[in-house]
Amino acid sequence: MNHSISLTINGVLREVALADPRVTLLDLLRERLDLTGTKKGCDRGQCGACTILVDGRRINSCLALALSHDGAEITTIEGVARGDQLHPVQAAFIAHDGFQCGFCTPGQIMSAIGLIEEGQAGDDPERVRECMSGNLCRCGAYSGITEAVLEAHANMTAAKQRRSA
Amino acid sequence: MMNFDYVRPANVADAIAAASEKGAVYLASGTNLLDLMKGGVSRPSRLVDVTRLPGLDRIERLDDGGLRIGALVRNADLAHDAAFARDYPAIAEALLSGASAQLRNAATVGGNLMQRTRCGYFYDAASACNRRWPGAGCDALEGENRLHAVLGWSEGCIATHPSDFCVPLVALDAVVEIEGRSGRRELPLEALHRLPGDTPDRETALEPGDLIVALRLPAEAQGFAAHARYVKVRERTSYAFAVVSAAAALRIEDGKIREARLALGGVAAKPWRAHAAEQLLAGTAPDAAVYREAARATLAEARPSGDNAFKIELAQRIVVRALTLAAAGTPARIPALPGSPFSSVAGA
Repeated sequence: MNHSISLTINGVLREVALADPRVTLLDLLRERLDLTGTKKGCDRGQCGACTILVDGRRINSCLALALSHDGAEITTIEGVARGDQLHPVQAAFIAHDGFQCGFCTPGQIMSAIGLIEEGQAGDDPERVRECMSGNLCRCGAYSGITEAVLEAHANMTAAKQRRSA
Repeated sequence: MMNFDYVRPANVADAIAAASEKGAVYLASGTNLLDLMKGGVSRPSRLVDVTRLPGLDRIERLDDGGLRIGALVRNADLAHDAAFARDYPAIAEALLSGASAQLRNAATVGGNLMQRTRCGYFYDAASACNRRWPGAGCDALEGENRLHAVLGWSEGCIATHPSDFCVPLVALDAVVEIEGRSGRRELPLEALHRLPGDTPDRETALEPGDLIVALRLPAEAQGFAAHARYVKVRERTSYAFAVVSAAAALRIEDGKIREARLALGGVAAKPWRAHAAEQLLAGTAPDAAVYREAARATLAEARPSGDNAFKIELAQRIVVRALTLAAAGTPARIPALPGSPFSSVAGA
């Protein structure tokens, strides 16, 4: 049976027909919509490389059935920069060497954006590490990642305060 | 993954009808189910997507002082609900010690209850597993089994139920609301999960078509808010199942424990309520000697199912620690940071 779903991906409405119900959001993004920034690592919810935002919340796209997310608003790594202007989390990852090979980086960045939005870690590095534990980095860039998330959080909080002042 | 038929019913009655057929299972967020399907462990012929069923995503305060949590409330939303964390701190603490932030954002209350009791041999399609294939045998018995059950296990299955959430829930007398083919019924959470016995494949008391629609906490559960903790020991700091965990909740008045609640995780095929220990603790003054006696009573029937005799001693120490921390008082910031050895949280 053919199913048709619509998703708003990085602000663009996409209609997709699915002949096979087994397609995950991850496979849909990569194989059907040519959005290969989201990575497939373990494909079992353990590594976090496939992290995206669905309706503003970070989830593992490998464990999300596309059909079940009909109508959702999705943000991937391709949708976070504004033209040439990097997202503050992207800039902080570069400033702090928050990666080496780069494979886990899109997932790390999406997870960090989700974490800062959740507001659960603040400026506590131990809480940042705990809240980022769903993203593995086999190069071991964890210390840079933690520093990047802390700096991005500080910069984004300051920018928000400036806007509301 | 085997192909399946996907349906998304508009109401509970249609969902029950669709899920009553052989081979049909409910799909909530799928964080456990899709993982098992990808491994070929679960092979449903139909997924009944319940995520759009109306009215199941609410947290409601009841007139009798209890709380009703819809089955589709997400784990992260429940844990971060300020009123919930204030009233049921050990449950919030347990929720945030489970899985990863991404999984907690997706996973639902009902799905957490229905996640499978499992071990590595259950996941490995090449291994014998009575839970996956009744009558096949159990390769865990002679295999890598240092993390397996020490209570309530049988030769048929020695796997443990991995939920953190269920541990304080069972201690606080949570009740499960079920809609099924014969209408609505209720079940104490303690009676939902079954011990393996001769039929490890029969994991819960649910019948085909049964749908968990809500979880209820009785009014008394709030009475433990000042002295409630969840302590989880695992093999890495974060994002791992418990080797052993314990939820302890005390009602302390005039320097005496008026009522105690205690349950363990990681030790059995179900969240393990420690009724005998609760009896021992009631009426005593909070004291390490009493905690040790309670711990011994909790593990009195324990026996190793493999290379895991250490868990019997560990579980007793975790019981003592959970009771000690609970007696010291619920931390000001709840949920406290889960059990990190580097944590600066007082008392952890």
